[in-house]
Amino acid sequence: MEKFKKIVGIAAPFTRINVDTDFIIPAENLKTISKQGLGKDLFSYIRFNDDGSENKKFILNQPHYKNSVILVTGKNFGCGSSREHAVWALKDFGIKSLIGSEFADIFYNNCFKNGVLPIILDTNEVEKIIKIISFPETSELEIDLENQSIKTKENKTINFDILPYLKKNLLDGIDDISKTLEKKKLIDEYEINMKKKYPWLGEKNG
Amino acid sequence: MIKNKPSKTLFDKIWDNHVINKLDDTNSLLYIDLHLVHEVTSPQAFESLRLSKRNVRQPEKTFAVPDHNVPTINREKIEDELSKKQLDALEKNTKDFDISYFPINDIRQGIVHIIGPEQGLTQPGMTIVCGDSHTSTHGAFGALAFGIGTSEVEHVLATQTLMQKPAKNMRINLNGKMQNGITAKDLILGLIGKIGTAGGTGHVIEYAGDAIENLSMEGRMTICNMSIEAGARAGLIAPDQTTFNYIKGRNYAPKENWNEALKFWKSLPSDKGVKYENEKILEVDKLEPQVTWGTSPQDVCSIKGEVPNPDNEKDLNKKQSIINSLEYMGLTPGTKLEDIKLDQVFIGSCTNSRIEDLRAAAKIVKGKKVKIKAMVVPGSGLVRQEAEKEGLDKIFKEAGFEWRESGCSMCLAMNADKLKPGERCASTSNRNFEGRQGKGGRTHLVSPIMAAAAAISGHLIDVRQFI
Repeated sequence: MEKFKKIVGIAAPFTRINVDTDFIIPAENLKTISKQGLGKDLFSYIRFNDDGSENKKFILNQPHYKNSVILVTGKNFGCGSSREHAVWALKDFGIKSLIGSEFADIFYNNCFKNGVLPIILDTNEVEKIIKIISFPETSELEIDLENQSIKTKENKTINFDILPYLKKNLLDGIDDISKTLEKKKLIDEYEINMKKKYPWLGEKNG
Repeated sequence: MIKNKPSKTLFDKIWDNHVINKLDDTNSLLYIDLHLVHEVTSPQAFESLRLSKRNVRQPEKTFAVPDHNVPTINREKIEDELSKKQLDALEKNTKDFDISYFPINDIRQGIVHIIGPEQGLTQPGMTIVCGDSHTSTHGAFGALAFGIGTSEVEHVLATQTLMQKPAKNMRINLNGKMQNGITAKDLILGLIGKIGTAGGTGHVIEYAGDAIENLSMEGRMTICNMSIEAGARAGLIAPDQTTFNYIKGRNYAPKENWNEALKFWKSLPSDKGVKYENEKILEVDKLEPQVTWGTSPQDVCSIKGEVPNPDNEKDLNKKQSIINSLEYMGLTPGTKLEDIKLDQVFIGSCTNSRIEDLRAAAKIVKGKKVKIKAMVVPGSGLVRQEAEKEGLDKIFKEAGFEWRESGCSMCLAMNADKLKPGERCASTSNRNFEGRQGKGGRTHLVSPIMAAAAAISGHLIDVRQFI
């Protein structure tokens, strides 16, 4: 997995609450067997008009925010379906980090598996950031994971919390599976004990 | 004798039984007993396994079925090339990695969360995962079951484990006796309306109280299914005699070790007096049939209610959200819900496509005719077979319903079953998100009997007048 250290770039405000993963990428765009190339379908129902042209009102279509790398979101972003395609689509579009006061559990987890950093802040901190980045001239943010800080163009620094293991995984770009496979012996032992303790789980039925 | 043994919740017990290793203060390596796989969220996981030359650790604990993307008519030849590619990939992956597979033409095929319980794969005390958020359904059996992303699907395939931090415990007591015409769907919709779509975030919700105890397994599955719509990681219901009766004799249910299993299952319910981080009570006696009016499952009220006025909402974000919802739904504040005309009715999905749902809906439509396009998509081949044995298919067909083959269908509109822009549907599914049932489609979530009543009336209507 790609490492996440520090990013500097445009942050787009998208304040709608309860944005679900169907909205991030609709089911009809999930007929793929690849993780790549989903950026074109990101927010497709709102990003494009019925004739396929761009919806100019949508924030990520506005010239200044087209190349955003950070999305500042409303409450409960990423709720609903577990589809990791939502994160793949955001990442493929260029989004590397999200800032919001609340993310849905599965979406939050999925971000970390793909080197995307979701940052949780208090509602009023998020609102302050939204005010600042809503002006194109101050829309750039610097996110430093090592120091757990966000710096605005006005030189305001906001610190954020993150669980240590999630931070380490992102900084090192660690693949969870290889880490777990190092514990193979413990898994083997667990399975042997389980067979004794719960013999019905080993029955060959069906 | 063990003294001062700490009391535990059902969730704590299942969790502790499955921790292989505490990785740090917040993170544990958890063993997974059952992994369910479908065609949409698994191909990238299998591909990645191949690239890293890894194998599936426990193919016998892994079961695959196509459901999201399958057509519900003319299944002999799949016309949509992209869908076919995804279905073929699942078949190849299960073959290559030696995983049990219920193909599209197998009577056992169906929606993954219908067939797990139906086959007896879902059992109390288990950890169950699937790359689908409605995995919470299986919590109805007292199993810790939750949805995961594709990276985690790959992790489970390779290691039969997951790295997880424990959830917080929440108990919701649903007390009282439901009136005639009120179903499990109304209970869970009413509850989500109260606590909101983020009300359960970070928590596992245990549903308790006499309203839950009196529910059938089908009803309990409907409740746990929509836990994710309340933002919860999972839903749980303590296993009891209703649970054991349901499991006994099913294909994959314990046989020679049944008594041992039963003894263990009976030890699972939360200890008396145990403290929950969060506890809520909902009295159900006065609950009325519920209908959603907006684009989030929390946008819900009684069928006797009316479309809300955003001007009455003080929170600006919420106000804007209501304005957006009403604009999308094409509704005007103050409209009586019963006056809302419909274009379609969908009875199906992992929320409400079990035999009990079809029986209840058939009872309402018997001898009547639908006024709008309506379809029934049974949850599995076996549900369909049972319904046909009972003659329910005839009742539906004579009333003008389309009688389809099993799959997720118009719950998520990934196959050809979808609404056209602007079309309005009463649906027994779980999500009324914008575009969920097709771009521009408008969804009203209801119970199966409310959907049946809507189909024969052509508009939303209180089902109680048909009972």
